[in-house]
Amino acid sequence: MKHNINEILKSSQQLSRRTLLVAGFQVGIIAALGARMRFLQVKEAEKYRLLAEENRINVRLLPPARGIMLDREGRAIAENVPNYRVIMVREDTSDVEAVLSKLQQLIFIESKDLEKAHKELGQRSAFVPVTITENITWEDFAKVAANSPALPGILTEVGLSRTYPQKENLAHVIGYVGPVSDYYLDRTQDRDPLLQIPRFQVGKTGVEAQMEQSLRGSAGHQRIEVNAVGRVMRELERAEGEQGATIKLTINSKIQNFVLARMDGLSASAVVIDCESGDLLAVGSSPSFDPNLFVRGISTNDYSGLRNDIFGPLRAKAVQGTYAPASTFKMMTALAALEDGVLSAEDTFFCPGHFEISNNRFHCWKRRGHGTMNVADSIIQSCDVFFYEVGQKVGIDKISAMARRFGLGEHHDLPLSAVSRGVAPTREWKKKSFGKDWLLGDTVNASIGQGYVLASPLQLAVMAARLGTGRALQPRLIQSINDEQMALGAGAPLDVDPEHLAVVQKAMFGVSNSKVGTAFSKRIISQDLRMSGKTGTAQIRRITAEERATGVIRNEDLPWKKRDHALFVDYAPHDNPKVAVAVVVEHGGGGSSVAAPIARDITLFALTGKMPDLDHYPAEVRKQIRSDQKNLAPKLIDWNSVSTSGQSKT
Amino acid sequence: MSYLEYNLASVPVGFRKILSLNWPIIFLLTAISGVGFVMLYSVSGGVIERWSQPQMQRFFIGMIGLLVVAMVPIWFWRNMSFLAYCIAVLFLIAVEFVGVAGMGAQRWIDLGFIRLQPSEIMKIGLVLVLAAYYDWLPLERTSRPLWVLFPIILILVPVLLILRQPDLGTSLLLIMGGGAIMFLAGVHWAYFATVIGSSFGVIVAVFQSRDTAWQLLKNYQYTRIDTFLDPDSDPLGAGYHITQAKIALGSGGWTGRGFMQGTQSQLNFLPEKHTDFIFTTLSEEFGFVGSISLLGLYTLVVVFCITSAFGNKDRFSALLTLGIGITFFLFFAVNIAMVTGLAPVVGVPLPLVSYGGSAMLIILLGFGLMQSAHVHRPRPKQK
Repeated sequence: MKHNINEILKSSQQLSRRTLLVAGFQVGIIAALGARMRFLQVKEAEKYRLLAEENRINVRLLPPARGIMLDREGRAIAENVPNYRVIMVREDTSDVEAVLSKLQQLIFIESKDLEKAHKELGQRSAFVPVTITENITWEDFAKVAANSPALPGILTEVGLSRTYPQKENLAHVIGYVGPVSDYYLDRTQDRDPLLQIPRFQVGKTGVEAQMEQSLRGSAGHQRIEVNAVGRVMRELERAEGEQGATIKLTINSKIQNFVLARMDGLSASAVVIDCESGDLLAVGSSPSFDPNLFVRGISTNDYSGLRNDIFGPLRAKAVQGTYAPASTFKMMTALAALEDGVLSAEDTFFCPGHFEISNNRFHCWKRRGHGTMNVADSIIQSCDVFFYEVGQKVGIDKISAMARRFGLGEHHDLPLSAVSRGVAPTREWKKKSFGKDWLLGDTVNASIGQGYVLASPLQLAVMAARLGTGRALQPRLIQSINDEQMALGAGAPLDVDPEHLAVVQKAMFGVSNSKVGTAFSKRIISQDLRMSGKTGTAQIRRITAEERATGVIRNEDLPWKKRDHALFVDYAPHDNPKVAVAVVVEHGGGGSSVAAPIARDITLFALTGKMPDLDHYPAEVRKQIRSDQKNLAPKLIDWNSVSTSGQSKT
Repeated sequence: MSYLEYNLASVPVGFRKILSLNWPIIFLLTAISGVGFVMLYSVSGGVIERWSQPQMQRFFIGMIGLLVVAMVPIWFWRNMSFLAYCIAVLFLIAVEFVGVAGMGAQRWIDLGFIRLQPSEIMKIGLVLVLAAYYDWLPLERTSRPLWVLFPIILILVPVLLILRQPDLGTSLLLIMGGGAIMFLAGVHWAYFATVIGSSFGVIVAVFQSRDTAWQLLKNYQYTRIDTFLDPDSDPLGAGYHITQAKIALGSGGWTGRGFMQGTQSQLNFLPEKHTDFIFTTLSEEFGFVGSISLLGLYTLVVVFCITSAFGNKDRFSALLTLGIGITFFLFFAVNIAMVTGLAPVVGVPLPLVSYGGSAMLIILLGFGLMQSAHVHRPRPKQK
C-alpha cells in the first residue's frame, strides 16, 4: 500500500493535532487530581487527622476497687476477693465444642452458665473474650490454668468481686451490691461513666447503697489503640482508678453476732447503743439472710423463699419496723406530766383495774387493780390506770412534744435504707392524716403507748439512752471514712428538770430491781452492772367485753399473727450508763417474760464483751441460763476463721 | 508512511537495539514499581513474603518479557495484532465457562502455572487491533460510517463480555481507551460529539423521568445509582470505604505520618489496602509530597510516550504508543480519582503499584510493544 506524500503529511499533521488535544485533556485531569490531593492533604489535613485519631483510639474505663468496710474493731465486714473466671476467645481455637467438652471433664460448669456462654460465643466477634464460668474455686482455677496448653482459646482471669465474710451477721446494716439496673440508670442523676460498664456493681440497700459515693471510688482509664474491627492492638496510656473509701462502722461484730444468735428462731429485732458516743454497737433483725447470695445473683428459689417467709428476713426491722411502744412509752407520759406540773412525784391515784371516760371503759392489764399508786410505783408495776388519769390531764400535745425530745417520731439520720420516723401523734397530725378530730380516748390510749403511737426499735434504744444519760444522744453508725473520724453523737443535756428525770430513772431501776418490778426476775445482780429498764407488751387486737367476761384468751392460744409484741428497753449500769438496749419480739407475748431476758443477756454481753458469767444472774435462774448458753454457743461465729482476711487487708 | 516504506537498513540491529531502547520509560516503570514494593511491604505490616516478594518476582518476569517483546521487530507485532485480539476474545468467552470467581466477579482463568485475567490481555489486544486497523485503512475512509462501525464493533465485543463478569471499571476504560485511539486516528469529531451528546441525553432523560409517569428505570435501580454516585448516602456500605480512604489521605498532611506509621492502613480501617486502595496508604504515610511525586512519575510516563510517538515514522507505531500511554493514563487517573472521592468506586487498580500478577505483566508487555516501536524506527546511520 503506497500513500502519496500529501496524504502522509496530512495524516501526520492530523495525528499531531489530535495528540496535542488529548495530551491537553490529560494535563487537565492530572491537574485536577493534584488539586484534589492538595485540598485533602493540605487544606483539610487537620480535620482528617482528627478523624483518623478518633478511629484509632478508644478510651476504656477501669473500674476501681470498691471501698471495704470494717467494724469498730477492724474486723472485715465487706471486702473484695479475687473472682476466678474462665474465659474463652473463639478465634484461638478451631473447635469450640471439643474444647468446651474437654473443659467440662476438668471442672464442673453449670448448664445455665454454659448455655449463656454458647449464646455469647455465637453473637460476639471471634476475638472478644466470653466468660464461660466465674467464681470458681482456686483449685478449679489452678486445674484449668495448668491444662491451658490442651485447651486452646481458654484463658483464666482474676477479677474482684464483693464478699461479706460475716454472711448473715450484718446483712440488714450493710445491705449488698448488685449490677446496676436500667431502671436505676433511667432515674438517677448520677452521671458517673462507671455506671455504663456492663454488670458494674453498685450498692442496692443499706450502707452499701447509702454510702455509694464514698465506696465506689473513681474510675481509672486506659487509652487503647484499636483496629477497624475493634481488636485491641496496644495500650497507649493507663491511669489506675482510686479505690473507694474504707468505711469503719461503729458496729461491734461480736455484739451483733450475739444479738442475732440470742434472737435466733424469733421474728425480733434489737438495737444496742453506746451511751457515751451514741455509737450503734449492734443493729440486729432476726431472721437474717446471706447478702452474698445477692452479689452472685440469687436464684428464684432462694429469693421467693426469703420473700414468702412470714418472719420477713429481708426486712430490717430494727430501723424499718414500727411498733406500738406500749408501756415503754409510760416514761414519756410521766415526764410530760411532771414537767407540766399537773403531777408531782408524790401524787397518788387509785387503780381499781379499769378507768371510765365518756362511757368508755379502759382496762388495766391487772384486772383486780393495783390499788393506790404514785408515779414511781406505776412505772415499776406498769399500772395503766394511773397513766390514763395523768395522760388526759396533761394532754396529747405535751406528751408528744416530750416523746420527740427523746427521739420518738423523729428521723434519725443514719446511712441505712428506709429509716422509719415512727409517730408521736398530735391533734394537728390526726386532723392532717385522717381528717378527724382528736378524741379523749385517743389520749388515753396514747398515754400507755398504744393507739397512734409508733416507734422503731432504734428509736426506743435512743430513748432509753437519753433517759439514762439525760443527754440528747445522737445515734451514729459510721466511725470513720478513710481514717477521718466522724463527729460523736454524745449530745447536749436534755431540757428536762434533772429531778423529774431522776424520779423516772429511779422508777426504771425499780422495774428491774424492786421485788414488785415487772422485770425483777430478769435482773442483773452484780452491783456494778445492775440495769434500769421497762417492759412493754403491745396489744395488737381489741379485747371485747365478752372476752373479758369469760376470761382473756392467753397469748399461746392465739394464732402467731395475733399475739402481742413483747418489748423491753434498758440501760446499764443504772448509775453510770454505758449501753442502752431495746428489744422487740414480734408477736412474742409478754415484754417481761420474752423481751426482758433477751435484753438482759444482750446488755450483759455488751458490757462484758463475752458470754456472760453466771455470777451476774440471780441464783434461782442460773441453771436455766447455763443450759441456754450451751445451746447458744454453737450459733456464734468462730472469729478465728473469719476476721483474718480482713485484718490483712487493712 | 507505513513501515514497508522504511529504509530497513536504517533500523538498528543487534546490540544497537538495546542502546536504542527508550531508557527513561524503563527507569520510570522501575521507579513506580519500586514504590509499589515499598507500599506493599508497609501494608503487609512488614511481612515481605506476603505481597512485596511475589510482586517483585512478577516485575522481574515482566521486565524480561518487556525486553523480549522490544527486541522483536514492530512489524511482526503488527501482523500478529488481529490474532492477539481474537485470542483475547476467546479467553474472555472461556472465562464464562471455566472462570474462577474472585471478589464476587468471574474474572480469572486458571492455566495451571498462572492465573490469567483475560480482561487485562484485552487492554493491550484492543490497542493493537485498533492501531493496526487504522494503519491498514486508507485515510480517506477513516470517517466513513461503515469504516467507523467496524472499530466500534471491535470495542463493544470485549466490553460486553467484560460487563458480564461483571467488571464495570474495565469496561468503561476499554470504551474510553478505544474511543481515544479512534479520535487520534482522525475519525471525524462529529461522531464523538454525537456519542457524547446522546449519552448525556440518555442520562438526563433517566434522571428527569424519575418519579414521573414515564419513569425509565425501576425504583431500586435508582437507589443503586444514588449509592453509586454518592457513597455517603450509604455510610456503612459503599460509603464506608470511601470515607475511610479520605480519612487516610487527609490525615497524611504535607509529609505524611511516616513509613509504616499510617494508622488507617496498619489498623485495617482501609479496605482493599493492597489492591485498589493502595494509593491511600502511600498518601497517609508519605503525605502530599509522596502522593504528588507518584502522580509526577505517572505523568512523566505519559509524557515520554507522547514524545516517543512523535518520533515514530509510521502510523501503527504512533497509534500503538499513544494507545498504550492513554490506557496507562486512564488506569492511574481513574484509580486516583476513585480513592480521592472524585469518581465512584469502580474497582480499577493502580498500575504497577497495586498487588496483582496479570496487571503487572500486561502493563510491562504493553510497554514492551511501545519499546519495540521505539527501537525499530528508522534513524540516521551513525558514522
